[in-house]
Amino acid sequence: MAIVRGKQARWRVYAAHAFLVAFLIVTLFPLAAVVSISLRPGNFATGSLIPETISLEHWKLALGIPYQAPDGSLLQPPFPVLTWLWNSIKVASISAFLIVGISTSAAYAFGRMKFRFQQGVLNTMLLLQMFPAVLALVAIYAIFETIGNYIPFLGLETHGGLVLAYLGGVATHIWTIKGYFETIPVEIEENAKVDGATHWQAFSRVLLPMAVPILMVVFVLAFIGTIIEYPVASILLREEGNLTLAVGAKYYLNDQRFLWGDFAAAAVLSGLPITLVFLLAQRWIVSGLTAGGVKG
Amino acid sequence: MASTMNYSTLPPTPLERVARALRWPITALAALAALYTVFLIYTAGQPGWALGTLVLFGSAFYVYVISDQFAYRYLFPGVAGMLVFIAFPLVYTAQIGFTNYSSAHLLSEDRARATLLERADPVLDQVQRFTLHADGAEYRIALHEGEDENSAVRWVSPPLALKKATTVELQPLGATPLQPALSLKAVIEHREALMQLALKLPDAAEPLRYLGLREYGPVREQWKLDPDGGLLRVEDGKHFKPNRDEGYFESVDGEHLQPGFKVNVGWRNYARMVLDAEFRSPFLSIFVWTVLFALITVVCCTALGMMLAVLLNWEDLKGRTLYRTLVFLPYAVPGFISILVFKGLFNQNFGEINAILNALFGVKPAWFADPLLAKTMLLIVNVWLGYPYVMILCSGLLKSIPSDLYEASALAGASPWTNFAKITAPLIIKPLAPLLVSAFAYNFNNFVLIALLTDGRPDFLSTKIPAGQTDILVSYTYRIAFRDSGTDYGLAAAISTLIFLLVAAMSLVNLRLMKKAQG
Repeated sequence: MAIVRGKQARWRVYAAHAFLVAFLIVTLFPLAAVVSISLRPGNFATGSLIPETISLEHWKLALGIPYQAPDGSLLQPPFPVLTWLWNSIKVASISAFLIVGISTSAAYAFGRMKFRFQQGVLNTMLLLQMFPAVLALVAIYAIFETIGNYIPFLGLETHGGLVLAYLGGVATHIWTIKGYFETIPVEIEENAKVDGATHWQAFSRVLLPMAVPILMVVFVLAFIGTIIEYPVASILLREEGNLTLAVGAKYYLNDQRFLWGDFAAAAVLSGLPITLVFLLAQRWIVSGLTAGGVKG
Repeated sequence: MASTMNYSTLPPTPLERVARALRWPITALAALAALYTVFLIYTAGQPGWALGTLVLFGSAFYVYVISDQFAYRYLFPGVAGMLVFIAFPLVYTAQIGFTNYSSAHLLSEDRARATLLERADPVLDQVQRFTLHADGAEYRIALHEGEDENSAVRWVSPPLALKKATTVELQPLGATPLQPALSLKAVIEHREALMQLALKLPDAAEPLRYLGLREYGPVREQWKLDPDGGLLRVEDGKHFKPNRDEGYFESVDGEHLQPGFKVNVGWRNYARMVLDAEFRSPFLSIFVWTVLFALITVVCCTALGMMLAVLLNWEDLKGRTLYRTLVFLPYAVPGFISILVFKGLFNQNFGEINAILNALFGVKPAWFADPLLAKTMLLIVNVWLGYPYVMILCSGLLKSIPSDLYEASALAGASPWTNFAKITAPLIIKPLAPLLVSAFAYNFNNFVLIALLTDGRPDFLSTKIPAGQTDILVSYTYRIAFRDSGTDYGLAAAISTLIFLLVAAMSLVNLRLMKKAQG
C-alpha cells in the first residue's frame, strides 16, 4: 500500500503494541497461573506467579506415583488421570478413524455419483447436525440402555457405546471431504475405469491416495471434537476407572474436596498434548471454522 | 449389474476367489444373526424397538445385497449413523415430552403389572434354615429342622451345578453324609443362582423360595390379577384399577401403587411451563437469562474479536504472527480444562483472582454464591473462550476486502475509525451474520460451560423443582432429567423439544442470511 504515514501513525503503532501486550497479560494469566500452581506445594497454596519453592508432588500424583509428604505420610494419587487420558485417546482415535471412513465413503457418493434426492439428503444431514446432542440426552441414554440389553459391549458404561454415539456426527466432515473431492479432476478416475478398474478400485486406489491430506485434517478435527466432548460421555460413563478425561477432570474440583494443586498438574499434563495438536492443526481448523463449525 | 461394470480381463486372484466363495455364506450368517437379534428384542416385550432394528437391518441388507445403486452403498453408514444417533433421538425426545416418563413412571403398564404380581411375602412360621455343601464340583442344599445350622438335617437336594433356574425335588438325608457346610462367603457367591431355585418338598404343595442368606421358605403372593387387568391386594381384598391418565394402579379411594407406569399425558408437560405458577417463574427467568447469556457473549466476543482482527491485519504492526498465535491460544486449550482452571482461579478463598483483587482493592467477591457475580463470571469466562473464534472468522473475511478501498480513503485523509466504520464493518458484517447466528445458537445451548463452572448454582430458593440462577435451558433440562431427586424425563424432554424449535428457527434465519450473503 502506498500510503503516506505521518508522525501520528507511529504513536498509533506504539499504542497498539501496548494494548496487545496488556491484553495478552490479562488473557494468558490463567494459563500461566495454572502451570505455576501445579508446582506449588500443597493444594491451597497462594503465592507469586513464579513459585518460590518448587514441589513436584502434584506432578508425581498426576503421573500415578505416590508422594511422600514431608511429614512422613504417603499421599496416594486421588484419581487415575493416566487411565482417563488413555480412555480419552482410545475413544477419540477409534471414533476419528471410523468417522473418517464413514464420511469419506459418503462424500464419494455425494461428490462423484448421481442419485435421487442427492441435494435433499445432504441438506437434511447438515441441518440435523445443528441440533446438539445435549438436547436429546434422555433419548440417547434410553437407546444405549436398550442396545446394552442385547449387545453388552455397546451398552451403557462401555467405550464401544460411546464410540458408536459419536458416529452420528459426520455431516460437516462429509461436506469438507466432498469439497476436496470436487477439486480433484474426475477424469483421472474415469481413465482408471477405462483401464478396467471397478467403482471400488477407482475410489480406493485412485481417488483416496490423492485425498490423503484432507483425510488427515478430518481425522484431527474429529479427534479433537471427540476428545473434548462432555455431555454424552457424562451420561454414558459413570464408573471412575471408565471415565474419559473430559468427564473425570471435574471431580478434582469438588466443593467438599478441592484438589486445586493436583488438578493443575493433571490439567497441564493432559491439556498440553491436545493444545499442541490443536495449534499444529490450526491452519486447517481455521478453514473448517469459516465453513461454519463451532468448537466447544 | 455389478458384473457388467467390471471390465477387468485379469483372472481372479486366489483371494478374490475365496472372497467370492464366502460371499453368500457370510451374507446368510449375518442375516440370521440380525434376525435373531430382532427376535430377542421382540420376545423381551419391546415390539417398537424390534421393528426399528428390523428396518435398520433390512435396509442394510437391501442396500448391500439386493439394490444395484452403488451410491447407496457408500452412503449407508453415514446416513444410518445420522438417523439412529441424531434424527431418532430428536423424534424420540419429542415423543417423551408427551408422556409422564420419570423415575416413578419408568415401566410400561404390562411390565409394571408384572412387577407387582411378582411381589410376594414369606410365610413367616414356615421359614427353614439352609446350608450349602460342596459335592465334587457341584453343590447340595440342606434344610435343617431347627433355626441353628448345627441342628439335624431334614431335607437335602440332589447335587446341583447352581447355574440355572430350576425346580428341585428334595429328599430325606440318606446314608451318605454331607460335606461340612460352606461359609457365608460361598453362599453370597452363589446368591444369584440360589435366588432362582424353587425347592419342592414331598409333603407340601407350595415350593420354597430363597428368602435370605440363611433361609428358604414358602411365599404368598401379594397381588392377584383381576380379569379386567386390575390388581387385587390379597391382604385386604382391595381392588386397584389402572388409571391410564395418571399412570398409576389406583383404588376407588385414591390410593396409588408404586411403581406407576408410562402413559401419554398430551400437552400436560407444556401446560406446566405456562400455567403452573410455581414452575413458571423460575422457568421464565432461566429463559431470559439464557437469551441474555447468549446475546451478551456474542456481542462481546464480536466486539473484541473484530477489533483484534482489524488490529492484527494492520501492516505497520511488527510481530503480528507471534501476537496472532498468542491471542489464539485460549481457543487451542481444550474447553473442559480451561473452564475448570477458571473455576479454581475464581475460588473465593484461595483463588488467584481474589488474591489479586484483595491485594489491590481489599475485596474478596463471592463469585459462586452471589447470583449477579456468578453470571458476570460466566460471561467473562465465555468471552475468554469465544473471542478467538470471531477473530479468526473476521481475519479471514478482512483478507477479501480489496486494498484499493483503503488507499482511496487514505488519499481522502480518512481516520482509522472512519475506515473501520465506512469500509471494514459494512463489508464483513454480511458474511459474518450467519456465523454469528450459529454462534448464538451454540451459546444458547452451551451446556459444558454451565455444567463445569457453576453447575447452575446458586439455586433459587423455594422452588418446587430445583432450579439454579445461572442455569440455562439445557443445563436446567439436564438437571431435571439426570440430577436431584425425582428425575422427570417427560418434563425435560418437553423443554428440550421447545429448544429444538428455537434452534430450528435460528437455523432458518441462518440459511436466509447465508443466501443473502452469497446473493
